Amino acid sequence: MSSGGVALAAPIHPAVASGAFSLTWLLVALPLASAAVLLFGGRRTDRWGHLLGCASVIASFVVGLAIFTALLGHDAGDRSIAQHIFTWALVGKFEVAWGFLVDPLSICFVLLITGVGGIIHVYSIGYMAHDPERRRFFAYLNLFVAAMLLLVLGDNYLMLYIGWEGVGLASYLLIGFWQHRNSAAVAAKKAFVVNRVGDLGLSVAVFLMFSTFGAVSFTGVFNGIDQASHGAVTAIGLLILLGACGKSAQVPLQSWLLDAMEGPTPVSALIHAATMVTAGVYVIVRSNPIFDAAPTAQLAVTVVGAVTLLFGAFIGCAKDDIKKSLAGSTMSQIGYMHLAAGLGPAGYAFAIAHLLGHGFFKASLFLGAGSVMHATDDQVNMRRFGALRRKMPITFWTFILAWAAIIGIPLLAGWWTKDRIVEAAFAHGPVAGWLLGGAAALGVIVTSFYMTRMIIMTFFGKERWEDDVHPHESPAVMTVPLILLSIGSVFGGWFLIGGQRLPSFLAPVVGPLKESRLPFSSIVLDIGLPVLVLLGILLAVAMYVRRPVPVVPPAGNVLVRAGRRDLYGDAFNEAVFMRPGQYLTRTLVYFDAHVVDGVVNGVAALVGGASSRWRRTETGFVRSYALSMLLGAAMVSILVLIVVVL
Amino acid sequence: MFPYLTVIGVVPLVAAIVVAAAPRERTGTAKWVALLASLVSFVLTLVMAAQFRADGPRFQFVENHAWIPQFGVRYALGVDGISLVLIGLTVVLVPVAIAGAWRERGARVDGGDKGYFALVLTLETALVGAFAALDLFMFYVLFEVMLIPMYFLIGRYGGIRRQYAAVKFLLYSLAGGLLMLAAVIALAVSASEQGRQTFMFEALTKLHLGAGAERWMFLGFFVAFAVKASLFPFHTWLPDAVSESRPSSAILLVGAMDPAGAYGMIRYCLQLFPNAAHFFTPVVLVLAVIGVLYGALAAIGQKDVQRLLAYTSVSHFGLIVLGIFAMTSQAQVGATFYMVSAGLSMGALFLLAGVMTARRGSRLIDDFGGVYRVAPVLGGTFLVACLSGLALPGLATFTSEFLVLLGTFSRYPVAAGIATTGIILAAVYMLWMYQRTMTGPRTPAAERMRDLGRRERWAVAPLILLLIVLGVFPKPVLDAIAPAVKQTMTQLHVQDVNAEGK
Repeated sequence: MSSGGVALAAPIHPAVASGAFSLTWLLVALPLASAAVLLFGGRRTDRWGHLLGCASVIASFVVGLAIFTALLGHDAGDRSIAQHIFTWALVGKFEVAWGFLVDPLSICFVLLITGVGGIIHVYSIGYMAHDPERRRFFAYLNLFVAAMLLLVLGDNYLMLYIGWEGVGLASYLLIGFWQHRNSAAVAAKKAFVVNRVGDLGLSVAVFLMFSTFGAVSFTGVFNGIDQASHGAVTAIGLLILLGACGKSAQVPLQSWLLDAMEGPTPVSALIHAATMVTAGVYVIVRSNPIFDAAPTAQLAVTVVGAVTLLFGAFIGCAKDDIKKSLAGSTMSQIGYMHLAAGLGPAGYAFAIAHLLGHGFFKASLFLGAGSVMHATDDQVNMRRFGALRRKMPITFWTFILAWAAIIGIPLLAGWWTKDRIVEAAFAHGPVAGWLLGGAAALGVIVTSFYMTRMIIMTFFGKERWEDDVHPHESPAVMTVPLILLSIGSVFGGWFLIGGQRLPSFLAPVVGPLKESRLPFSSIVLDIGLPVLVLLGILLAVAMYVRRPVPVVPPAGNVLVRAGRRDLYGDAFNEAVFMRPGQYLTRTLVYFDAHVVDGVVNGVAALVGGASSRWRRTETGFVRSYALSMLLGAAMVSILVLIVVVL
Repeated sequence: MFPYLTVIGVVPLVAAIVVAAAPRERTGTAKWVALLASLVSFVLTLVMAAQFRADGPRFQFVENHAWIPQFGVRYALGVDGISLVLIGLTVVLVPVAIAGAWRERGARVDGGDKGYFALVLTLETALVGAFAALDLFMFYVLFEVMLIPMYFLIGRYGGIRRQYAAVKFLLYSLAGGLLMLAAVIALAVSASEQGRQTFMFEALTKLHLGAGAERWMFLGFFVAFAVKASLFPFHTWLPDAVSESRPSSAILLVGAMDPAGAYGMIRYCLQLFPNAAHFFTPVVLVLAVIGVLYGALAAIGQKDVQRLLAYTSVSHFGLIVLGIFAMTSQAQVGATFYMVSAGLSMGALFLLAGVMTARRGSRLIDDFGGVYRVAPVLGGTFLVACLSGLALPGLATFTSEFLVLLGTFSRYPVAAGIATTGIILAAVYMLWMYQRTMTGPRTPAAERMRDLGRRERWAVAPLILLLIVLGVFPKPVLDAIAPAVKQTMTQLHVQDVNAEGK
């Protein structure tokens, strides 16, 4: 089969790595080796462990820059370089190798992961300074970076899957880092189990690829799509989407992300905002030949994205916990990315652009929140903040810049990337365009509202913190990373989208950017979206500046209560999966003990009852009974043998 | 040529006699003799494996002598890739089990601890012999002989209900064994009717059997192997046997002896009775898929650490049987590899669970909590073991589980799809157990928990190391298994599903 969109990308034949590209394996190996040293070195590495942790990621970043520079030296068509390390398994037609693929898409992620990752590592030196387990924290962070790099660099779906589960493990370890708190341990397990539902989708997708294409490598799969049945390709797309929903906390597998905020704040910034949760977007964009050939799957992606962007934004409005509000925002922004990715060639580049920009401003917001928590004895309740702008000016100003970037103040990162997504959504056909575009535009005003609410409750108004809290600005090791991230928040969007740098850079992987044809004049959006942003700001000001913020949360209406309970995501899971599951396991344990085993014991009792009549005079020890059985069996065997021989 | 297989099998037996005969005050020395003997077998197996050629003849290191010429019974040993890796698994697990039992104190032991080690070594001889036998009669004898040391390992050295558990184990196994015996005899009769009085495996594969007779014989073998591999619904002896066993006995029972059942299926059920195997495949696949989910769900509901692990094993063996009967090269290679990786994984889990329960004096999950804070090395290694139990990519169990499901999917997508939901359940039972035992605030119970000692670290380290190495670089082992699987598939007249055909 082949639909019109498929012909965009020519068959891919990556070149063999040489020169700077032969260092690709180091990208993964450096942080992995560091994690191993820190984990197996134990307490001996406590004194310098954090320094090694930072150094390994920064070294990886430097290698990434070298490879990026080398990549720019190639012609646009030749920017796909593979490095084969060794074969993992070769059974029948199934062949998989540890292999890396450097191309424009993966190098973007490499720079994001090691760049923002490096900044967050440095920040963590200060944030975790008083934690006796800081070394272990850095070991897990390094492990995460290595796994995430494997995820984006793997040249086949199996390596991608290994990285995929590796980041899941790191996420599990880091959410549960303070595992002596029950809430953290439970949240960690929940994140892993919910993600496994997504993993189920991704692994079945890989099985289906193998039976359809006889291969699981990117080249093998993508080059075979033309011959495959439409149904199989659509099924693969939908299964990949299920995986993406788990990892990227998209509806219906969103429930774990809010609980994941139990982890230390740098983890929330790196894993649960900037990088890991965007893996779903990566896998969809990476699989663009599959989705381009499966319009149904694409439609599903856009629907998931549109629903989640509203779902997350709604939760963001209702939370008083600054981290959970940001987590809702993350779900929402990743919803935008999925929406864009589902739009096909018209949206891939914007999905990645928004992903990169989001990596900067959301990391900045989380680290800013961490800085505020650091100053207020780990308080996360925004009703206990207020007026912090004077106490922590650097945190305040970096937070303001990130706020301006995320809500889409013109010329800052979000304005460049998010507004392009809204535009592309409106241009997506007559009915779907209005629905998707409408959802995306509604999301703009809600985003503006909840972010402004956060700024007001945290930095403006009256001081509402408790008496023994003495807020202060964080040390330089934390504020410098904030400043660096702000630079990305301010200029990132212009750099990527202004002058079409990113779309043309990505074109060899995802095809050239398809021009959007809006059903109305583009001026409507150019003016309309900033107006929506302004409306959101004004609404928040009206609600939270003109009236003082009460320390005790007001009861709120039905919608607020629903938002505070994560729109009943957990209640749903509990009612539909957990409680029936508990009944099922209990019933089954009973069934096993009384029915399956009971039948066997019944037969044994029949035989045993007969034999007990014979041995009434005996000791009655079960052991002698068994021994007699053994002897009996031996005798039967011998008898049978004799019969055969005769 | 050096008779590797005989020596690998006999060294433990000789040591067992020495250990059993040693005077009681020499128990300390006897333990060292036991450990050394098991290590000698291990080293010899390594040397042998290094000389094994995957592209060579099917059976290598063959020893073939007349044993009971009147019946055509021969003392015939040899290994293909499948039996080689299972012998490898056995010789790795036995020293680990011995090291794990080093200071365990059995309940009401008569005759001191050395009897325990003698039994473990005897079991090793029977296992190695069963995996290496090329003569069906010899296989049958050794397969049944295994029961004797295991019966005493459970019934003499186990927990409070050990005798109930041991008898149950024995009755189940004997019942299965008798069915197999009947089938063995029937097969021998058929052979002699066709003018070949022999029990040699390769000769038996060439017999012409009537469809009805073949099916009955298949069933005789299959039930015996299904009992041993604890396939649903023949599994209920396992949780009792495991939970009443010492951890070291459980390692051998689940890690090395259960695979003998699965090995019997791929070697004997499929190759001696290929037509019957095809006939019964739908039934077996259904039982296997039920076993995967049933074992996992039952594990979630357990309160006792060892019982929980026993049910996870029921789930794993469901997958193994699924892979064997899916009849694709990926699934069968994966299933064989799964026997090895599950053995390593269960070995680590039972070893560490044993350390925990010995320290705490209880096997109930609810009696633990917050152990990680007190004993981080124990917590960390236990986490790795749990992750291997849920088949985390990068660990050996993933390699095998993935290959089984991938290979099964290409022929039976629905069965594989249902079985794949097991990966969610595995995450639930493993991480829930880890969470309830290791995390949370320190409990008074955890307060006295010592961290892993040096002996315990040495015992668990090889298992963890192998799980990682075979997860990252499984190719050499897969390459050894693949030719044997190819041979099996030829015998069955099946080929991999052709990808282009769809």
